[in-house]
Amino acid sequence: MEIRPYGDTLNDGAMQLSFTLPVAPSPEAKEAAKQLVQRMGFQAASVVHMADLGESFSFFVVYAKTPVSIDYSSISVPKVDAKHMGFYEVNDFIRSNVGRKVVVVGACTGTDAHTVGLDAIMNMKGYAGEYGLERYPEMVAYNLGSQVPNETLIATAIELNADALLVSQVVTQKDVHIPNLTQLVELLEAEGLRDRLVLVCGGPRISHELAIELGYDAGFGSGTLPPHVASFIVQELVRRGIK
Amino acid sequence: MKKINLDESKVAQARQVAGGIAADIQTFITEHTTVSVERAVVRLLGIDGVDSEGVPLPNLIVEDIVRGGGLSRGAAYYIANACVALQAAPQQVAEQVAQGRISLTKLPDQGLATLEAAETLADGAVAWVAARRKERDLLLTELGEGPQPWLYVIVATGNIYEDVTQARAAARAGADIIAVIRTTGQSLLDYVPFGATTEGFGGTYATQENFRIMRQALDEVGTEAGRYIRLVNYSSGLCMPEIAAMGAMERLDMMLNDALYGILFRDINMQRTLIDQNFSRLINGYAGIIINTGEDNYLTTADAITAAHTVLASQFINEQLAHLSALPDEQIGLGHAFEINPDIEDGMLLELAQAQMARQIFPAAPLKYMPPTKHMTGNIFRGHVINSMFNLTSVLTGQGIHLLGMLTEAIHTPFLQDRFLALENARYVMNAARHLSEEVTFIAGGRVEKRANEVLTNALELLEHVAKIGLMEAIEQGLFADVKRGRFGGKGLEGVARKSADYYNPFPQRFMSRKFLSGGDH
Repeated sequence: MEIRPYGDTLNDGAMQLSFTLPVAPSPEAKEAAKQLVQRMGFQAASVVHMADLGESFSFFVVYAKTPVSIDYSSISVPKVDAKHMGFYEVNDFIRSNVGRKVVVVGACTGTDAHTVGLDAIMNMKGYAGEYGLERYPEMVAYNLGSQVPNETLIATAIELNADALLVSQVVTQKDVHIPNLTQLVELLEAEGLRDRLVLVCGGPRISHELAIELGYDAGFGSGTLPPHVASFIVQELVRRGIK
Repeated sequence: MKKINLDESKVAQARQVAGGIAADIQTFITEHTTVSVERAVVRLLGIDGVDSEGVPLPNLIVEDIVRGGGLSRGAAYYIANACVALQAAPQQVAEQVAQGRISLTKLPDQGLATLEAAETLADGAVAWVAARRKERDLLLTELGEGPQPWLYVIVATGNIYEDVTQARAAARAGADIIAVIRTTGQSLLDYVPFGATTEGFGGTYATQENFRIMRQALDEVGTEAGRYIRLVNYSSGLCMPEIAAMGAMERLDMMLNDALYGILFRDINMQRTLIDQNFSRLINGYAGIIINTGEDNYLTTADAITAAHTVLASQFINEQLAHLSALPDEQIGLGHAFEINPDIEDGMLLELAQAQMARQIFPAAPLKYMPPTKHMTGNIFRGHVINSMFNLTSVLTGQGIHLLGMLTEAIHTPFLQDRFLALENARYVMNAARHLSEEVTFIAGGRVEKRANEVLTNALELLEHVAKIGLMEAIEQGLFADVKRGRFGGKGLEGVARKSADYYNPFPQRFMSRKFLSGGDH
């Protein structure tokens, strides 16, 4: 099934774009914005707004129609393969299938100081009405906070006999998170711990696909709630026969 | 007439209790110094630069003193003593230490001449800071400034020259204040990097040269725009006092400076931060720098409704500690934030209650109001609307320092256009509602008044509990931001030393007495 963006008529291809060009506003700048969009393949490009950002920069809002379409039936996206369970279900699942408390250690690693995502998943209060992992009676959750070196995270995981590690990365400017996430996997492999741990990463720019590529068991992006993460961890533990 | 009827007796009581908490910890503070306090002294005395391996000279000097067992006496004595003994300027002394040719603690005591040299050097340093302060006053008179709430935006490219371009554009679009966000991780460096820098992650290194470059750019664009543009950086982390000294010397106008933030959110040792904040604030105070405290952060980890009172309690403590560093109210930018879940009915009423309450309790403080971040989702259109409500709340409650929310919060460090749209939004809302506050009072016994008094009552209770157990114990118990930190845990404890009887630092007395400032002791 071929689809295009929808403005007000099926498959009209209507899209809104906004961007900045490094030139002062002028009729030429406006025309440049239009032609730029046309060169992207858009049709019926209309520059509806131009603003002076100062320092020889201008901002544009453009509406245009794309002739490009996509075959929706050809799309496939790797997804976290776990049945979604709620707070009570996860705890019941642990009681019947693991038979002991599941130890989860979470941290914002490297130089990342942004704990908002990790806190949303781990803190007692949780987020958006869902309790965080610290509240799960069948879990023991340790939130190590921000700027935790990978080495410290691993040492703590060993000390606490962790079942799962949660790594949060928010700062992704210039892809700084990639080497940091990769290093953790390498260190775990060097220590021979990789197979003993469920390894999960999360953050606004993290996808499951990226996580798998980097050697993690799962990746969670924005909109993730604590039970999503908890469901995956406990099912993955059982799947691997970790008891 | 007050817009909300607050229980004034509780306000007075809370202030008194917080004063007790601050005084209690101040006893501990004055008995101690840290490596970063002493490095700040070294910098004030005119030592800067790095050795052949890039290690900052202030670090080498203080390390040399620590090795010689002299930290408890303070760096000022040793530097002045070396200046007299070698008949050299502080910078030359530092270079000789860097080359391993001398060790400061091994030079013979020069007696009274050392003390005289130290006093002269300190006077020179303080006079320089005073001159920078006067320069600001002059520019403010010449150029004028925007109306409050001042519009505050952030640049964070990692490259100071790119930051300059973005800062200039923002100033032209109406920004009153530019903050250069530091690169992630700088707060945990126990030294200050040197020189102009062009690489950073999520921000740009705070260096004295970067301060200078941005200062000059803002002065230029401010002259063109006919408005003084204020510059902000971070006096926080392990180098709190040193960066305060750099900011004073380069005429920064505001510095993030919170008594507890580093402890709670960066796991810096509490003894270290409490001692550091005191000296850093003495410097900020003298330099005419407005501090920005970090209470907004409490609401990013804890719920903005249930933790509202922790913000107020911390504001009281920050205010009282700032007074002990001789900061006048006009320089205490107490922080708070607009972080209530936007889905909650009457959420804006709760925000208004909190903002108006803070305004009335700290009438002379230029309150620092932080934008929504926690509930920004990537829906930039909704985010832009939430930011408009934040802008309206700010102008309606007379906030002082207004950090603009970005529609792309939680997506990326702001694009040039994001900052422009935020400024356009704030200028529209604040202009359209400029005098709304003069037309509005809140109904006696209404929702806003009840909420404000509830937060005040809970804050007073928390303060009384903290006073009973002491601030350090309260932090150990996790009473702030749900974060527990041990007295001997965290980073930087090894840099703390108890002052000996012959400890010498010529600066605090000069800063406290406002020496060389009009109205000060000359």
